[in-house]
Amino acid sequence: MSDIRLKGKAIKLGDNISTDLIIPGRFAHLRSNLPELAKHVLEDTIPAFTSRVKPGDLLVAGKNFGLGSSREHAPIVLKMSGVSAILAQSTARIFFRNAINQGMPVLLCDTDKISDGDELELDLIGGVVLNLTAGIKLSCSRIPPLMSTILEEGGLIPYIQKHKDFVIESPISSTLTGED
Amino acid sequence: MGKTLAEKILAAKLKHDARAGDIVIAKVDLVFVQDSSGPLTIRQFQELGFHNIAKPRTSLIFLDHAAPSPVRQLSNDHIFLRQFARATGCFISDVGDGVCHQLVAERFAKPGDIIVGADSHTITAGAFAAFATGMGSSDIAVALALGKTWFRVPETFSINLSGRFPKGVYAKDLILYLIGQIGADGATYKALEFGGEALAHMTMPQRLTIANMAVETGAKVGLFPSDEMTQEFLTTQGRGDSYKPLYPDTNAAYERAISLNLSELEPMVSFPHTVDNVLPTSKARGIKIQQVFIGTCTNGRLEDLAVASSILQGRKKHPDTRLLIAPASRQVFIQAMKLGYIQSLADAGAVILPPGCAACLGLHQGVLGDGEACLSTANRNFKGRMGNPEAMVYLASPATAAASAVIGEITDPREIM
Repeated sequence: MSDIRLKGKAIKLGDNISTDLIIPGRFAHLRSNLPELAKHVLEDTIPAFTSRVKPGDLLVAGKNFGLGSSREHAPIVLKMSGVSAILAQSTARIFFRNAINQGMPVLLCDTDKISDGDELELDLIGGVVLNLTAGIKLSCSRIPPLMSTILEEGGLIPYIQKHKDFVIESPISSTLTGED
Repeated sequence: MGKTLAEKILAAKLKHDARAGDIVIAKVDLVFVQDSSGPLTIRQFQELGFHNIAKPRTSLIFLDHAAPSPVRQLSNDHIFLRQFARATGCFISDVGDGVCHQLVAERFAKPGDIIVGADSHTITAGAFAAFATGMGSSDIAVALALGKTWFRVPETFSINLSGRFPKGVYAKDLILYLIGQIGADGATYKALEFGGEALAHMTMPQRLTIANMAVETGAKVGLFPSDEMTQEFLTTQGRGDSYKPLYPDTNAAYERAISLNLSELEPMVSFPHTVDNVLPTSKARGIKIQQVFIGTCTNGRLEDLAVASSILQGRKKHPDTRLLIAPASRQVFIQAMKLGYIQSLADAGAVILPPGCAACLGLHQGVLGDGEACLSTANRNFKGRMGNPEAMVYLASPATAAASAVIGEITDPREIM
């Protein structure tokens, strides 16, 4: 994660966007060809998503984003499409972990206050979303310890390449009630 | 304060206590991938720069999602996975052996294990009092390399089960009802822990069906205690020595308690396009279906084929409805042949598919056409799940599926049993 502040335009999605909707199982034969696979990201949800999305855009979803299959191809193809962060009211457990492992920021906030096309500015460290279009500030739940380090270091693979192991004082007593 | 099953299993593997909310690093007993998640996982493993798998004998690769492969690219993925298994010494289960979760149940899972797999239905092995959970490829690549992973110890919902299933009502109806009550994100991150006097009669196949779908509430694990039923199953599988009893403490702390009386349940159907869209089968009456699919890690076990075959025996499937059957494993397939279930199902007009995931995830072996509806015994009905976003997928028990195949529309199995 190179930037701690991101600016981009919101692409709004509804509730319960499954990983099957993000990248359908019928394209499983393209999973070893990620550039080809990425051409089909979200195609059953937003027609022509790949021609609409611009680098730096922010995906803004409702409840339970990324439910279902554990396929990590879902955050990978979102990242490849140019999406720079995901905002949602809530996300499914495995997707949340996968996105962070791919170095993709996920912020949990009241996304009802964001409309399609709104200009947003995210402060990833402070956990704040500024809706520049609506002129409002939204606070986000904090990313748990360890996960925030993995995100800062660009994902789990770079993190383990660097440290060769998990580096925490075990156990961390977490005060968070959100995702793992 | 006592411990929940989740806390107990994790604490037993650590040199320190484990309480809900803690973040812990734990060694894993079993790590696996399948052919959809495996190629990415292996490439990430190679990227990590580790040359050896930490524990090759308990690192498993299953070729089940595209088995046999319908297309060149997936055939090449299979070659890649076989070569990796050969080079590293990890276990490979090839085409036709069956669905990873069923094979883990038959041959590998033990009470008290920590099991991680690059597949969300890894949670199925919770039926053995194993802390079993699905993860993505990066996490599994690291678990292969280090033999460990990190967890946040989950809070637990206690699900107290009483009573007996009435005729025509099964474990699938119970878990569909529960998912309808909790919602698709109602237990996100939590452990579901099943208990109560009904467990005395609840077989391992039934528990596997329930644990399998715990993830559809968002849960991280779906745990049953390890008891006489667990011991009986392990003994039957020639693994009796891996049994140990495992129960939660009586004074464990639960975030939420839910009670269900099995005798009050009825056949349930999950409507498109979310699993928690659950209604009694009576509300689905008259919905015509072009395909019935009986199989998967949820309901492709011997007991499921027994129920389907008892309903279909001496009957014919409806001429406008295709009936697809995929045994969950080679063991299930062979036993179902010996017991005559395959014969009755084939006589009724069923297509018998090879053991594997088959039509469940929309790759092959039963992709739906535009506007078609399928009644499936699988665990997911998301839009596009069975290969076509213009199709509808309904979920129900094998009994409801079999009855519906006869009538050609969604049917309460009690009407023809």
